[in-house]
Amino acid sequence: MSLDADHPAAAKPGDESSIVIVGAGQAGLSTTEKLRVNGFAGSITLIGEEPDAPYQRPPLSKAYLLGELERDRLKLKAEDWYAKNRIALRLGMRVASIDRARRRVCLADGAMLDYDRLVLATGATARKLPQAISRGLAGIFTIRTLADIDALRPALEMHGKLLVIGGGYIGLEIAAVARGLGMTVDVVEAADRPLARVASAQTATAVEALHRSRGVTFHLGKAVSELLGADRVAGARLSDGTIVAADVVVAGIGGMPETSLAAEAGLAIDNGITADAYGRTDDPFIWAAGDCANFSLPEGGLRMESVGNAIDSADVVARNIMGARQPYRPKPWFWSDQFDLKLQIAGLSRPDDTVVVRQGAGPGRSHWYYREGQLVAVDGLNAPRDYLIGKRLLAMSASPDPAQVADPVLALEVLASAAK
Amino acid sequence: MPTIRFLLTDGAELAVEAQNGRSLMETALEHSVPGIIAECNGSAACATCHVVLPEEILLALEPISEHENDMLDFAEAPRESGSRLSCQIKVSDALDNISVRIPAA
Repeated sequence: MSLDADHPAAAKPGDESSIVIVGAGQAGLSTTEKLRVNGFAGSITLIGEEPDAPYQRPPLSKAYLLGELERDRLKLKAEDWYAKNRIALRLGMRVASIDRARRRVCLADGAMLDYDRLVLATGATARKLPQAISRGLAGIFTIRTLADIDALRPALEMHGKLLVIGGGYIGLEIAAVARGLGMTVDVVEAADRPLARVASAQTATAVEALHRSRGVTFHLGKAVSELLGADRVAGARLSDGTIVAADVVVAGIGGMPETSLAAEAGLAIDNGITADAYGRTDDPFIWAAGDCANFSLPEGGLRMESVGNAIDSADVVARNIMGARQPYRPKPWFWSDQFDLKLQIAGLSRPDDTVVVRQGAGPGRSHWYYREGQLVAVDGLNAPRDYLIGKRLLAMSASPDPAQVADPVLALEVLASAAK
Repeated sequence: MPTIRFLLTDGAELAVEAQNGRSLMETALEHSVPGIIAECNGSAACATCHVVLPEEILLALEPISEHENDMLDFAEAPRESGSRLSCQIKVSDALDNISVRIPAA
């Protein structure tokens, strides 16, 4: 198919048009909201596979699991919001296939739904342990949905031994919550440090030290060979032969973009659904947003699993459906809450970046990453001011002098004023 | 149910019915109040739910945490004396009819 921007598909959908959005997570919801904000008056259908109306995912592994946030408060919109905004919400419904020629989706119950524009916001799924390791035992959990957490919570409340497989953010957040609930916690990580693929050695070391000080046991540079037990999990044998006892296992071994629907429809897939800088797939009537999308940007492909990416890419897709022709300019940022640590990250660092440490007067500190002399990322560890200044400097492509950054006496305001 | 009057950056006012116990940020999101993004869903990690409250109401609220205080210093819109992160403010009858201004970045 060789359709360019002059193709009728590039024209704005009119008032009689219908837009179907597959996936009722943050990206899907944000797309519906931004379509209305940008003046789309036609029909919008938002289809979600989960039974729950769109809700916040980040608190699942933090405040919600701890019981500090009630279920009702996870909801992103009040029930009457959908009717008020004329959004047809179809929950508990899987989309079985896309008929691109006829421009319609086929639902799992056999119903057909026509679209003028289709947005795929199918998200990501939690990677599961291979059968050879999990052996079909009970007591093994993954973390992605509200249902996952509702299933896990009673198991944690039994106050036994938790084994976390994978030392990434999800795994460490669960480890912190479980220690808070009084469980014994072991974390197995194949790399030689936690957060190996997602944070710098300096940040990972600080996080690891915090967890150790709170009684978490790490098994680094080891894999789980097999989970042990008859019906329920009772422990694990690690690659070096160590046996670790466990009543509950959480596998935090990463997410995979949910691309099966798009792939079966013949759309281009490469670590996610391939989209151009405007969020459009190789079918001019189909767009992609959020965790599932891999955006082709001038600096390379970008696929991120984060709330910020879900909100911002959905915003761009909604604008572009309405004719804006505005490329996606991501501003990557992440946060994680573990024990009393609030970790805030702006930008994307790489292992070979130069790291400058700024040690605050209090317990907070920040790590500043430079590549070829240019600031590329900032991690704030209980250092919200450092983080926000760094984020602002990054947005301006400004680069403060590393010697100034490392000087704990120099007021941060000086760095900030350089950014004005 | 208290009424909250959001004053938008373009000068318009959007009065909404709020539910006691929810946060001001959640109230704003439910009603799609422009300018309240709240990317971190209320964990005071992003400062994209910055609002300016009338000074007389500040004293009736729970005191500001050190973390929120620090975040406000470098929020996108310049801090004002009534600045707060709306995710940290619980709606109650004491807030009935107050004006909550969205600062321009």
